[in-house]
Amino acid sequence: MLNYIMRRAVAMPFILLGIVTLAFLLTTITKGDPLTAIVSERQMNNPEIVAAAKARWGLDRSLPERYVIYVANLVTGDMGTSFVTRRPVSRDIAARLPATLELVIAAMAIGSTTGILLGLLAAYYRDSVIDQTARLFSLFGSSVPIFWLGLALLFVFSVHYHLLPGPGRLDARLTPPPSLTGFMVVDTLLAGNPAAFKDALLHLILPSLVLGWTVAGSISRIVRANMLEIMEREFILTARAKGAGELRVVFRHALRNILVPVLTVLGYTFAYLITGAVLTEAVFGWPGIGSYAVIAARSLDFPAIIGVTIVGGMMFLITNLLTDIAYVFANPRVRLN
Amino acid sequence: MAMAIIRPKTMRRRLPSWVSPSFVIGGAVVLFWLFATLFPHWLSAFSPLDLAGRRLQPPSPDHLLGTDALGRDVFARTVYGARQSLPIAVLVVISAVLIGTAAGAIAGYRGGFVGAAIMRLVDITLSFPAILLAMAVAASLGPGLGNAAIAMVVVWWPIYARLVRAQVLEVREREHVEAAVAAGASDFRILTKHILPLCWTPVLISATMDLGQVILLGASLSFIGLGARPPTPEWGAMISDGTVYFYNWWIAFGAGMAILTIVLGFNFIGDGLRDYFDPRSSK
Repeated sequence: MLNYIMRRAVAMPFILLGIVTLAFLLTTITKGDPLTAIVSERQMNNPEIVAAAKARWGLDRSLPERYVIYVANLVTGDMGTSFVTRRPVSRDIAARLPATLELVIAAMAIGSTTGILLGLLAAYYRDSVIDQTARLFSLFGSSVPIFWLGLALLFVFSVHYHLLPGPGRLDARLTPPPSLTGFMVVDTLLAGNPAAFKDALLHLILPSLVLGWTVAGSISRIVRANMLEIMEREFILTARAKGAGELRVVFRHALRNILVPVLTVLGYTFAYLITGAVLTEAVFGWPGIGSYAVIAARSLDFPAIIGVTIVGGMMFLITNLLTDIAYVFANPRVRLN
Repeated sequence: MAMAIIRPKTMRRRLPSWVSPSFVIGGAVVLFWLFATLFPHWLSAFSPLDLAGRRLQPPSPDHLLGTDALGRDVFARTVYGARQSLPIAVLVVISAVLIGTAAGAIAGYRGGFVGAAIMRLVDITLSFPAILLAMAVAASLGPGLGNAAIAMVVVWWPIYARLVRAQVLEVREREHVEAAVAAGASDFRILTKHILPLCWTPVLISATMDLGQVILLGASLSFIGLGARPPTPEWGAMISDGTVYFYNWWIAFGAGMAILTIVLGFNFIGDGLRDYFDPRSSK
């Protein structure tokens, strides 16, 4: 087991290098000129300013040179300077990452609980109205444009009925708590500010609900399919014969045996959540790395674009590794050799 | 996954086996949007680009989905939006299938250094969250629907490469391939005549469903501002307009419903195809 994790850990830098190289190449070997993002149109006619800007941002060097410098800097955690914020990209991302993680974790919690319960119900009441409703619910979640769903829910719950707050993480009239963890819900609690905590929690509901919905569907389908198979096994019959209640049969006997496929889909879901988070953050004005990526892409802020892309790829790799490790705990028979 | 409907015997005899409820519903929805792509002027009397009346009118019998901030008819723009999304999705999926099949076939049949290199590229590409990679490529190519389409092909081809490679690896071992090798057929002939024809079923199912997913991603890119340029009537861009005119919900409504129905439609068809080709998968 330890051996396996070690080997994966050794392979990681190589995969990371691949990710970095691909992100760098795809954003540089194109006709887009990063200079347009730095120098205003009028100054473009002034060769001195253009040359100075080129030298300032290292654009006068050849592509291989820039690549080597970028990778060398990246090893020390330096992702360059954003064209737009004029701050180090790594610091921008670090400041915004907790907001995204808070959103993704909340969405994951909502999505997996709903998905698993729905899948269990659908399998247990197979082909019934419940099953068909669950199917529609999951199909809707995977087919609806998430940015439109977010907009619609904002309109209904925030604008029309005033039940939930609008975009953002915290009401503008409240003073944000000192950032200790970066998680607004945790920070407000640590600051001992119940009013702000309640507000932060309310702000989190809609975006995490929207994001969670998109993944609840795929989780419920996997749970359903696996439950149908497990529920026909003989040990279920045995459990029932011994007089175990239906709740006990489903949760103690059956659910445990589908943990491995469920873990796989949860890990896979995470990558999908990052994709969804980009759009959710854009709609809800959520100050995470997703909205950072959107701003960067709109303003051709290449250092920021490459930085976010690399971080997204890294998050995916790490989740995959964690998923694999979780297998071992879920199923001792997996020895990972 | 299909609805497991136990059909009465009489029905089973009358209908061909590919006619499932999901296939029919999905087909009807997609046919409607295909019709809108080909003959949008039959569905809407208004032009998607010209002033149609007072600006920001709520829905009324005259303007079924109201008018937008420039006084354009939202229903007309929704209908004409199919002309952007549908052809691009078809183009993207076909390109991704062609590139992915070629790469996957080489990787599966030849293996070796080239095959390994292709598959590492596939692994790395697939380890990016799709939208981030598409955004990076689209941004560096510059905004525009064509560039967004290229970005989506870059993101999508590895999925087919992986799919086709797995198929080729399996089919390659079958006896008729061995026979073709013994008969002295060229590698190209073996691949195109003896292996690939047996690999297309999962590709077809996946491609059908991906049509919907590509429409979603394309609309997402436009929503972010990396796809269609104004005044093009494009669904993602229309929803983006809706975020500006927040209180005028109808501006984004048609576009949202359009994406939802067409993606659902392709999902239903894909489900139906899977049940037809692989009845065991339906539970």
